[in-house]
Amino acid sequence: MYSEKVMEHFRNPRNVGEVENPDGVGEVGNPTCGDLMRITIKVKDDKIEDIKFKTLGCGAAIATSSMITELAIGKPLAEAEKISRQDIADSLDGLPPQKMHCSVLAADGLREAIKDYRSKSGTEEK
Amino acid sequence: MEEKFIYLDYAATTPMRPEVVEVMTPYFTKEFGNPSSLYTLGRNARGAIEDARDRVAAFIGADSREIVFTSGGTEADNFAIKGVAYANEKKGKHIIATPIEHHAVLEPCHFLNKRGFELTYLPVDEHGIVDPADVEKAITDTTVLVSVMHANNEVGTIEPLEEISKVTRAKGVYLHTDAVQTFGHIPVNVNDLGVDLLSVSAHKLYGPKGVGVLYIRRGTRMVSFMQGGSQENNRRAGTHNVAGIVGFAKAVEIAEREMAAEATRLAELRDHLIRGIFEKIPNSRLNGHPSKRLPNNVSMCLVGAEGEAILLSLDMEGISASSGSACTSGTLDPSHVLLAMGIPAEIAHSSLRLTLGKETTKEDIDYVLDILPPTIERLRAMSPLDASWGKSKC
Repeated sequence: MYSEKVMEHFRNPRNVGEVENPDGVGEVGNPTCGDLMRITIKVKDDKIEDIKFKTLGCGAAIATSSMITELAIGKPLAEAEKISRQDIADSLDGLPPQKMHCSVLAADGLREAIKDYRSKSGTEEK
Repeated sequence: MEEKFIYLDYAATTPMRPEVVEVMTPYFTKEFGNPSSLYTLGRNARGAIEDARDRVAAFIGADSREIVFTSGGTEADNFAIKGVAYANEKKGKHIIATPIEHHAVLEPCHFLNKRGFELTYLPVDEHGIVDPADVEKAITDTTVLVSVMHANNEVGTIEPLEEISKVTRAKGVYLHTDAVQTFGHIPVNVNDLGVDLLSVSAHKLYGPKGVGVLYIRRGTRMVSFMQGGSQENNRRAGTHNVAGIVGFAKAVEIAEREMAAEATRLAELRDHLIRGIFEKIPNSRLNGHPSKRLPNNVSMCLVGAEGEAILLSLDMEGISASSGSACTSGTLDPSHVLLAMGIPAEIAHSSLRLTLGKETTKEDIDYVLDILPPTIERLRAMSPLDASWGKSKC
């Protein structure tokens, strides 16, 4: 039911862990639902310089977390926060319909981390 | 190096034994007759079906006339529940079931519930066991059927049917059991168990898929499940699955011969695996009853890792496992069985089921015990909860 790309990211997830002294932290999901995601980012010149994730969840949850870190790294914040669930799913060659919520979680996780950075650094969007 | 393949999902399905394939083969080609035809070819097929019926009946202490062949366990469950409910509407429209039944029982119960039947779920304890006293309490003047599975497919717990049937008999209520996980694996005798209806599937005991049996005790008021020809004494219309039925009987014959020794062998491997997981993986818990359990079932919660991620990881190492029951993989909800046993959702999400069988060896179990601990460690290390597990608020 999973694409080879999903399985590849599940087998070898990119950017697992937490960045040191993160500029922004996004935590989404909850253990009752079986999914919990924590995204930490380092921001420099309004770009995502570094990003790491920690995820408790199914194969799709881990693969989407891994994928969003790849999609976001090096991107300007304004671009990164526009990454949609469909972008993540497409990059993984699709997700089973009942697993689409995992890509929602990943996209939300990144947006939360960016929001956290902005509120901490006082660079709220105008 | 040869690629590892260790199948530990025998509760989902089993490979057919070569002897089973062998006896089935002629019925696809040379002996293709319709068992309802009167000429020799038809009579041969009919004879094979009746021999098969006799064997299945003898195996569970039933009379041959009480055996109805079906398309499998799901049909047998549907037939039992709807068949009794619709035939006894004048007496009452109340049915009772456990919340840990297979979906093949739960869904027909929901179906009836939506159409004016009352449905009561029995409580189960933390091991999934039904208290016969609760059955007595649940029965009312309008109750027509109680359905309690013989053993649970996810956690392996064996229910005290002998005690439960004393209650249903005293109250004059029919008792159905889904024996799909026990038939051919531990002794199943309809008179010892005291059941009126019992569902069985062939592919769980090294027989073919697509064939099963519903045992119906003589005198049980039932409506027929399929309307059409007069097969199975007008109880189940449709041309018989002759090859499947013949293969089923062969699987039963083998089970008769091997079941006792195999149950002992598997129970030892099961306990070795459970002990090994407890020793090597901190924060693991056994689901289901420690001793009143199927000889081949290991069901654990490996707290802090997620079930599907565990089984995908094991598959990468050549191990076929299940997180709960195969029928529900593909849904997001944690197992309804574990939730009914009072296990919190965040723990239930970490369930892993390994079910052993014919080809399972001690070496296989030791391989799993080498692979599983680092797998769980890796997934736990990836989790944002690690040390704070269980303390965080949802």
